[in-house]
This record gives sequence, structure tokens and C-alpha cells, in this order.
Amino acid sequence: MNLYKFSSPVTFYPLAGKMWPWFATLAGVFAVAGLYLGLFVAPVDYQQGEVYRILYIHVPASVIGMFIYLVMAGYGVLALTLNTRLSAMMMEALAPTGALLTVLALWTGSLWGRPTWGTYWVWDARITSTLLLVFLYVGYLALIHAIEDKRRADKAGALLVIVSSINVPIIYFSVKWWNTLHQGSSVSLAGNAIASPAMRWGLLLMTLACWMYAIAMTLVRVRAIISEREQGAAWLEGNKV
Amino acid sequence: MNWAEFFSMGGRGFYVWGSYGAFVLVIAIEIIMLRGRAKRARMLAKESIQ
Repeated sequence: MNLYKFSSPVTFYPLAGKMWPWFATLAGVFAVAGLYLGLFVAPVDYQQGEVYRILYIHVPASVIGMFIYLVMAGYGVLALTLNTRLSAMMMEALAPTGALLTVLALWTGSLWGRPTWGTYWVWDARITSTLLLVFLYVGYLALIHAIEDKRRADKAGALLVIVSSINVPIIYFSVKWWNTLHQGSSVSLAGNAIASPAMRWGLLLMTLACWMYAIAMTLVRVRAIISEREQGAAWLEGNKV
Repeated sequence: MNWAEFFSMGGRGFYVWGSYGAFVLVIAIEIIMLRGRAKRARMLAKESIQ
């Protein structure tokens, strides 16, 4: 099988069109199961009370928000080394969903922090580096739209994302490296704090739902980007647009 | 199961539903905006090949 075939927008356009409904369906199924477990089955947390149920959306938004940036960096490496146009388009398609999920991570974390820590916001290492991630997403999108020449814009964007992706491990390890208010153990699937199987499964299913959602949105968006960029290309005639 | 109790979330309803509500709202906005973008892109592509 020739994998390079799928790196061409021509072949990927119809493939993405076939794939996204499956990912959207999976996202819906996982979300229903995860919300049922998280909101109805899982017991109340003995320390945090009912407010801990925010974690069923806070953790997936944070994890997938960070993960998307790493995926973008991976596509950035492909875009710079193999010079594939589709890689740069995938980066552009991933960024808005990543940005929104990271904003939601901060929002839900803030609403969780107020009753739990007594404050909506604190400038600790994890929260500050997560805010920086939002700015990096927005900065990347601003950069690629500010440069007229698309090829140069793609290269500059790829470089920015690759270099700044160092921020993702910083967010991840910040709770170990620095003395942060943000705890590590209660958000870890392996941690002791999340003891009940319903809690673990709820968290896992919601994270999968978020992941599948991000893939579905990215596939739909990359189709739009292919149409926008390759207007009038002969291949569009052969494809159902 | 008591629904009033469920929605009050042990007195933390504001924080819990403020989080879930924002999540649903943002996802809905993203889907609506993306639908618009996909529609415009399809129309432009169709125009340009005619």
C-alpha cells in the first residue's frame, strides 16, 4: 500500500468525508455512556463533594487540548521535511478545536477551583502554562492568516508549533517540577484519588468522546480547507463537493 | 432519583452546570460555525469548476 497516496489532498478529501461521521457517532456514544457513569452512577467524592463531577469534562478538555498541539507539531515536522501540503492543512484544521478545548479546560478548572481552592484563578505553573497554550493556538492561527503567501505561511506556522510544543510537556510535568496549587494525583487515571470503577470509566469514556469529537471536527474542517485552497482544481470535478 | 437534588449538586449547581453549560455552548458554536465554513467552501468550489 502506498501511504504517500493519502498525503495528497485529492485522495484525502473523499476519504475524510467518509470517515468523519463514524468518529462523530463514536464521540456521541462515548459521551452518552461517560456522562451516564459520571453524573448518575459514580459516587460522590468524599473530599470534594459533588463539584468533582466537573472533572469529567475538565480532564478530557485539558488532555485533548494538549494532545492536539503535539499532533500539530507532528504534522509540522512532516510539512517541513516531506513538504506535504496536506500536513499543513491538517495543522490548520486541528488548531481551532485545540484552542476551544484548552479555553474550556481553563473555564471548567476555574469553576472547579472556586469551591475547591477558594479561588477562580491562581498564577501557578500549570494554569499559567495552559493559558500560554491558548495564546500559542491563537498566535499560530493569526500567523498563518497574516502571511499572504500560503507556502511561506505554512512553513512559518509549522516552525512556530514545533518549537513551542515544548510547552506541552511543561504543562504536563509542571505539577511535579514546581510546587503548584493544581494537584496531579486526582486527575490521573492511575492515581488513588479516583478509586471507584465508575469514576475511572466515566473519565476514560469522556476522554475518548473528546478525542473522537476532535477527529470528526478536524476531518470536516480539513475538507473545507482543501476546497478553499484548491478551488477550481481539476480533481474537485471528480469528487462530490 | 430526585431531580431537584440532582440539579442542586449538593449546593454546587452553579459551578457544575456553569461548566457543563459552557462546554455544550462552545461545542454547539464550533459545530454551527464549521457547518457555515464547509457550506461556503463547497459553494466556492462548485462555482469555480463551472
